[in-house]
Amino acid sequence: MTNTDTNDGFVVFDRVQKSYDGETLVVKDLNLAIGRGEFLTMLGPSGSGKTTCLMMLAGFETATHGDILLGGTPINNIPPHKRGIGMVFQNYALFPHMTVAENLAFPLEVRGLGKSERETKIKRALEMVQMGDFGNRRPAQLSGGQQQRIALARALVFEPELVLMDEPLGALDKQLREHMQFEITRLAHELGITTVYVTHDQTEALTMSDRVAVFDDGRIQQLDPPDVLYEEPKNSFVAQFIGENNTLVGEVVEMKPGDLCVVRLDDGEVIDAKAVNVHEVGQRTKVSIRPERVEYNKERIPEGAHTLHAEVLEFIYMGDIFRTRLKVAGNDEFIIKTRNAPDQVRLKPGQKIEIGWLPQDCRALDA
Amino acid sequence: MSDMSQTHGAETQSPPSGPVLAADGRPLKHSLNRALRRQKMRALMLIAPLLIFILITFIAPIADMLFRSVENQIVEDTLPRTVAVLGDWDPEADDLPPPAAFAGLYRDLFIAAEEKTHTRLGSRLNYETTGISSLFRKSGRSMDDVGEEIVDTIEATDPIWEEPATWAALAESAGSALPDFSNVWADFARVVRADGDDPAEENPWEVLHVSLAEDLRAGAAAEYDGPLKAELGQLTQALAGVAPVDYVAAMEDVDEGWSDPAVWRTIRTYAPRLTSGYFLNAVDMQLTDQGVAQQPEDQRLYLMLFQRTLIMSLTITLATILLGYPVAWLLANLPMRVSNILMILVLLPFWTSLLVRTSAWKVLLQQQGVINDLLVWIGIIADDNRLVLINNATGTIIAMTHILLPFMILPLYSVMQTIPPTYLRAAKSLGANDWTAFWRVYFPQSVPGIGAGSILVFILAIGYYITPELVGGTTGVFISNRIAYHISTSLNWGLAAALGTILLALVLLLYWVYDKLVGIDNVKLG
Ligand SMILES: Nc1ncnc2c1ncn2[C@@H]1O[C@H](COP(=O)(O)OP(=O)(O)O)[C@@H](O)[C@H]1O
Ligand SMILES: [Mg+2]
Repeated sequence: MTNTDTNDGFVVFDRVQKSYDGETLVVKDLNLAIGRGEFLTMLGPSGSGKTTCLMMLAGFETATHGDILLGGTPINNIPPHKRGIGMVFQNYALFPHMTVAENLAFPLEVRGLGKSERETKIKRALEMVQMGDFGNRRPAQLSGGQQQRIALARALVFEPELVLMDEPLGALDKQLREHMQFEITRLAHELGITTVYVTHDQTEALTMSDRVAVFDDGRIQQLDPPDVLYEEPKNSFVAQFIGENNTLVGEVVEMKPGDLCVVRLDDGEVIDAKAVNVHEVGQRTKVSIRPERVEYNKERIPEGAHTLHAEVLEFIYMGDIFRTRLKVAGNDEFIIKTRNAPDQVRLKPGQKIEIGWLPQDCRALDA
Repeated sequence: MSDMSQTHGAETQSPPSGPVLAADGRPLKHSLNRALRRQKMRALMLIAPLLIFILITFIAPIADMLFRSVENQIVEDTLPRTVAVLGDWDPEADDLPPPAAFAGLYRDLFIAAEEKTHTRLGSRLNYETTGISSLFRKSGRSMDDVGEEIVDTIEATDPIWEEPATWAALAESAGSALPDFSNVWADFARVVRADGDDPAEENPWEVLHVSLAEDLRAGAAAEYDGPLKAELGQLTQALAGVAPVDYVAAMEDVDEGWSDPAVWRTIRTYAPRLTSGYFLNAVDMQLTDQGVAQQPEDQRLYLMLFQRTLIMSLTITLATILLGYPVAWLLANLPMRVSNILMILVLLPFWTSLLVRTSAWKVLLQQQGVINDLLVWIGIIADDNRLVLINNATGTIIAMTHILLPFMILPLYSVMQTIPPTYLRAAKSLGANDWTAFWRVYFPQSVPGIGAGSILVFILAIGYYITPELVGGTTGVFISNRIAYHISTSLNWGLAAALGTILLALVLLLYWVYDKLVGIDNVKLG
């Protein structure tokens, strides 16, 4: 997925590299094309280079190598204030000595807009984020959520085509965060702006984005829509990073038609899996399976599928679901999740069961 | 969205009627106050040592200075009898005060000369009219020449008058019969006792003889009812043949300065225990018997000095802002390692001894100095046209800007450190170029630092003394140098105190104006 066609994107990173100290590459060979109107999220652990990418796009850092294109033209030599890119910062960066209205007027003033035009735009922007009455307040007089809205309005008030957000919801509590996630995506789609959103919160990435770029170690590990990312992780890093995941380690013993294979786990048991990153017999592999795709109800395990012996270690009642921790093939952190349905069996610690799954739900990835 | 801002207050109780009670049944307010009082007491105890220290070393000296600037007890304390009579004298009508004033002066001056306080008073009055100091000094030496005839007569009448004990016995038994004598005796006894001697063993002053003669001439012997009644009667008869002392002529004999009306007018003007004279002097005015008047043109000095001090302090403050702001910005934005080195350079002036610094300035700034040499060598100035950079106002400004720079940089730095760089980035992302981003976003947030630095530098500058003294020559000295001169050289502490008080008031006034303009809440030291 790293060979994107550089012509069809509104924002394009073309073989971009970045090093701060001349010794290590913080961003290694970034290739990414973002379509007009797309909501793209950069997701990755802290230190994986997401902010650096965003800063290069905004113009606050220069790429050590490669080109960044905006609307087809390279912007490497355009200073930040001429790029016309809206930005929302993690701590909002609202100017403390200006009122909310003055904050919003700032980008319009530096663009030389007239007073009446400014006022209409400010009013519209404030109403857009439901903060119409707060124009005369100072940022310090607003709650975190309100400041967040103002920061958003300020980034949008001059009608940029591209908006960058660097962990904009990091400082909010869970409930507010969820609400704002919804607000931001709604606005982005309503206004048709292209959004590059940075977060280390995978739920946020999955719920908001059209596509998610998973970063690790200065590279995009996978770039896909949320459902694909979740259901078909391309490597074990993505599988582990996105959602909850069970991992079993073993060796490929047989390749089967239809991208299937048979894996012998390290304790000798044998399972079916979909060959994603393995090509030949004898390769080491990490097999990944989502907790909610594991079956222990014999009737639901498909005919002829391999099953594993498991011992129940812990049963956790979580309301809508049951979460059970098992010991499987020497791994005692194996989790299964089952829906709390009337006919659902509640497992007890110490119970011995058989578990299985559809071969395509179990992905044999790189070791 | 509206649900976000709603609060659910359904569970809050309606307020009960009457005072709220604490768990122990007392009113809640009462318990709260008691708890708070204990906290306050503890806080007070923590600051008590510092408070006492400040009270003793700071508040008390300032109060003393304020008092000294109006205090003028020395005239009335030294010349009580003279001052009492001078109130009735109208200098418009008569050139010289009435003879009673001369009589009082004789007694006061005699006592003051014995006590050796007359020279101090002379110096004090000399601030107002030159020449008084030597008048007092000279007069003090010849006070015992007055009334010689009376002294001789008394001693010739009966040998017991040569016995100190007789005089002591007379004083003891005088009652209210000998008012003049008793009055002088009281001072005699005080002065003698202060020396650790017994008045009954000390030879009586001539002034005692004179005052006793005055009493007897007024018929005191009849009223006197004591063991020496007979002797007093004898004395009265003997003195009848001697002319009474003409104090006016006698004082003129002592020194003809006493016939100068100006001397008397000065004494009268400065007789009150509190005076505005020092303050008037401090603003180039003087107190005369016709009221307040301007000093003669050639003696005006202080208003010009105040003005110079203010203008130069402002210049220095401005210079430190201009030079310090970029440095503080660098300090706040460079990596820690580099900024630490820079910080050491900033603090260097603190660590250099004053003498080293001063001689360095002299080497650099003098007309044959490094800077002039350099400018001549480059060709910017001609060799015979070298700049005067030291021993004038320029020297003071250069040197004081150097010294006070850290006081500007440090508050600026600590304020700038709290301004996150994201503000500048945000401004640029919103379309502002570097200058606009700085001017509209960064600079306003650094204003509290400028405010703090300016107050610090300005207040330090306005009271600076050492540096102007060393490099200021005559045109670069401040009001403080004049204050120091009056404290250590001319010993006119009253004027020094008045100048200091005005300086203090000026600083407070400027502080108040500053608060109105900028708002003192906007001042941050970090
Ligand atoms: N200004 C900088 N100077 C030097 N190194 C930096 C700078 N900014 C980031 N880095 C380094 O680059 C790496 C990536 O940082 P960043 O892009 O901020 O990651 P993320 O936003 O994904 O957490 C980190 O190892 C970080 O230490
Ligand atoms: Mg980051």
